Amino acid sequence: MLNLSREVLALREGDWNKRIDVRDFVTLNVTPYYGDASFLAGATERTKQLWQICIAAMKEERERNGCRAIDTETISGITSHGPGYINKELEVIMGLQTDELLKRAMKPFGGIRVVEGAVAEKGQQVTQRVKEIFDYTKDHNNAVFAAYDEEIRNYRSQGILTGLPDNYARGRIIGDYRRLALYGIDRLIEAKEEDKRLVDGEMTEHKIRLREEITDQIIALKDIRKMGSMYGLDLSRPAQNAREAVQWVYMAYLAAVKEQDGAAMSLGNVSSFLDVYIERDLAEGFITEEEAQEFIDQFVMKLRMVRHLRPEAYDEIFGGDPTWVTEAIGGQFADGRTKVTKTSFRFLQTLYNLGPSPEPNLTVLWSQDLPEGFKEFCAQVSIDTSSIQYENDDLMRLVRGSDDYGIACCVSYQELGKRIQFFGARVNLPKTLLMALNEGREENAGAKLLENIPSLEGEYLNYEEVMTNFKKSMVEVARVYSKTMNIIHYMHDKYYYEKAQLAFVDSDPGIDMAYGIAGISIIADSLSAIKYGKVKAIRNEKGLTVDFKVEGDYPKFGNDDERVDSIAREITKFFSEELAKHKCYKNAFSTLSLLTITSNVMYGKKTGATPDGRKAGEAFAPGANPMHGRDEHGAIASLNSVAKLDYRDAQDGISNTFSIVPKSLGSDREDQTDNLVGLLDAYFRLNGHHLNVNVLNRETLMDAYEHPENYPQLTIRVSGYAVNFIRLSKAHQLEVIARTFHERM
Amino acid sequence: MIKDGLLVAQKVEQLNSEASNRLRVHSIETFGTHDGPGIRMVVFVQGCQFRCLYCANPDTMDVKGGHFLEIEELVERAIKQRSYFGKKGGVTVSGGEPLLQRSILKKLFNRLHEEGVNTVLDSNGRLIDQQAKDLLEVTDLLMLDVKHFNNEWHKKLTGLSNVNTFKVAEHRESTGKPMWLRYVLVPGWSDQEEHLHELGNHFKDYKTIERVEILPYHQLGVHKWEALGMEYKLKDVSPPDAQKVEKTASIFMSYFKDVRVN
Repeated sequence: MLNLSREVLALREGDWNKRIDVRDFVTLNVTPYYGDASFLAGATERTKQLWQICIAAMKEERERNGCRAIDTETISGITSHGPGYINKELEVIMGLQTDELLKRAMKPFGGIRVVEGAVAEKGQQVTQRVKEIFDYTKDHNNAVFAAYDEEIRNYRSQGILTGLPDNYARGRIIGDYRRLALYGIDRLIEAKEEDKRLVDGEMTEHKIRLREEITDQIIALKDIRKMGSMYGLDLSRPAQNAREAVQWVYMAYLAAVKEQDGAAMSLGNVSSFLDVYIERDLAEGFITEEEAQEFIDQFVMKLRMVRHLRPEAYDEIFGGDPTWVTEAIGGQFADGRTKVTKTSFRFLQTLYNLGPSPEPNLTVLWSQDLPEGFKEFCAQVSIDTSSIQYENDDLMRLVRGSDDYGIACCVSYQELGKRIQFFGARVNLPKTLLMALNEGREENAGAKLLENIPSLEGEYLNYEEVMTNFKKSMVEVARVYSKTMNIIHYMHDKYYYEKAQLAFVDSDPGIDMAYGIAGISIIADSLSAIKYGKVKAIRNEKGLTVDFKVEGDYPKFGNDDERVDSIAREITKFFSEELAKHKCYKNAFSTLSLLTITSNVMYGKKTGATPDGRKAGEAFAPGANPMHGRDEHGAIASLNSVAKLDYRDAQDGISNTFSIVPKSLGSDREDQTDNLVGLLDAYFRLNGHHLNVNVLNRETLMDAYEHPENYPQLTIRVSGYAVNFIRLSKAHQLEVIARTFHERM
Repeated sequence: MIKDGLLVAQKVEQLNSEASNRLRVHSIETFGTHDGPGIRMVVFVQGCQFRCLYCANPDTMDVKGGHFLEIEELVERAIKQRSYFGKKGGVTVSGGEPLLQRSILKKLFNRLHEEGVNTVLDSNGRLIDQQAKDLLEVTDLLMLDVKHFNNEWHKKLTGLSNVNTFKVAEHRESTGKPMWLRYVLVPGWSDQEEHLHELGNHFKDYKTIERVEILPYHQLGVHKWEALGMEYKLKDVSPPDAQKVEKTASIFMSYFKDVRVN
């Protein structure tokens, strides 16, 4: 039994007292909130002063080419860096990744060469000592390439499989960081020890691995306790009040981002958990609303200051230096109550108290049944800041099963503490189509990647022939993609295991293998052009397609036209089912996303002309969006097309980025808010999965492009996350400006 | 035919054939948020007898322009968007002048009601006969555009009289069904304070007027006039400044409880 403090005893008891079960604790003790935003408090003086220090530091960071400082001497780990402060006197929530604000640390176990390169790009050098360590050990990157075969290497170098986490940390795993606050280190170690004892009998590979993993997790937990003591915190016991609960959760997260630099490291779904402690302290009169808000503001400030050391090439794929500290807010309990609490509001309020920001990546879990006051506040925050995204809570609960989940990376459901996921980047599907049209050859260099793809002889492309070849190609690509993922994740477990995060997850969790597709709208439009128009392939002397001549009009994805929307749906289903045929490492469950992040620009650059009339090098549309400017029948038709994609075929998420001019939402603030709520209700009622909402004028972005210095905090939603606009490359900025803005004349 | 820079007067009877199931349409907007409550599908019909000098859609005037759409096709489109309409939204028919196709619109509105879709008519009140009354009967909200209170100014501004507009308002009031007034504010043309007060006085006791909307004049339609070979006579008129809009709103507010700037 837990040794509970007096305060904790005042809480309703249940299963959570007997075993590690945060969901049970939240369900029993939460106070759903049905009111409006009028109770919220502004930032305290301390918070304002702290934030000014952060703003100045971020300015310096930009001036130093996006990196304020690097520690080139230390391998980052849970206890590698002593306590760091922004300003100790002003901080109510403590903790930095290194000893100095915005100083980046090296996490070389993903790949030492990438770290060396990143440091060199900033004109510095990794110290000899650190380099020498890797003479005696192996990193993830080396190990993966030791196992890759020639086929995988070719698919990778030809850009069919892209952005693979084979030379950097895979990320996407969410620790249930609430566990530290609820149970404290000692109880968590006890539970892990018990789990380990139960793994006995015949020693299969699975069990051996498990025993080693649990041992690593226990080591991590001990390290986290040590890290806490550096800040004078006794993490061995549960948090006893609101401030401690926030601090404990942050310490658990901090350990994760000290040890790992995964592409995306979400926070989970902590707001309503923290609300239990805050409500209790408010009721007892221990704290005021101002103080409650101060805890959240300062916690969020810390999350905004998380940094990883990245090479420049990384920025090409994931523009804007993102960390994806995704926090899921709201949603409903399976029992019909809302998960919205006052602290859900307090998290959104940080966008006013500290100004707009891409991080943490605030994600509202939208249900038709959310309280009206919360819906309205969300809409208002979207209109004011363009900083939040929305996901369909009703749909995810129904299809995926749990009401206690976070969003991994950008858009992916992940049950907290029970499941994890293996990040799979994505396949470039338009390049796959081009292989189908070029006898299995890559369209730029002509390298043969697929056998037995018949050449297409006729002057005009024939739909049946193209489809036959395309399906053959997808079957092969799925096969190669699957084996690549198995190798990557086997090696990541072995050489860069996320012990700090997995210490807060059940010992043998369920796993999703998160595959991805880029370019679905190009595929739909290309096949539609071939089916309903006439498409002539223009070939060079090597017989490779260099351009396509489209004759006649054809239905385009994004106009609520079933003729083409059904193609997008069928191809997604086909590819998803192909992937699911392959066995996954650790028996992971195969899922698929239609998501590009900002890599749609880079994919476009590397992809030849496509049969929809898109020229070589032109950017893809982001995520599952219709191609730029082709959704000609207005906002609703565009949304309807994307909503028709079936979430069951893409359970890792279907990302849609929606940009609208403020005036188009309505003539006054009240109408704009109402109409945005109406739009979200409708999109999600039609089973749309995800929506990024930007409420912006194109002119604002053009002005920010010209005068970045005037827009230090301008935040926009891209594909599944938010970025600080001025930190995107100029190419990315132009692509964002070129997107369809729904406006009315 | 264009005379003195304007499209000449046209016969309009053929637009209102009782046997027809086709509506002469200029265009459709799927995400209308400025023409009635909530999110709406806005059908801009073709054909108008007014020749408003500031018209932002002069290409909707010609009764022979546009294209035909079957009523059922319009209903089908509305159904596809119905989720977005929510509790307040629905379909707005604007123009052009919808009353010119009143008998066909009545069929459309009836069908929309069968599908549970709210109906709004945005009209200048050009005519009032039994068919118009029948259409108004199935119109959930009438948005009546009063171009000017003073008939002389009204004629200068639109080429025609405002007598019927007031008759339409009177009829609407007699039915007890809701109505909004819309007023385009054109500096130097429709901003005379005395006439604004007259308008307020005239309508202040109407119980069916739920809202008055001020639509500040803008020049976004100018290029269309040039493309049509017509002359835009208000080239030198600038949109009203915030102060002017504010002043007009405050005058209206002394007569009506809900005044908005759209």
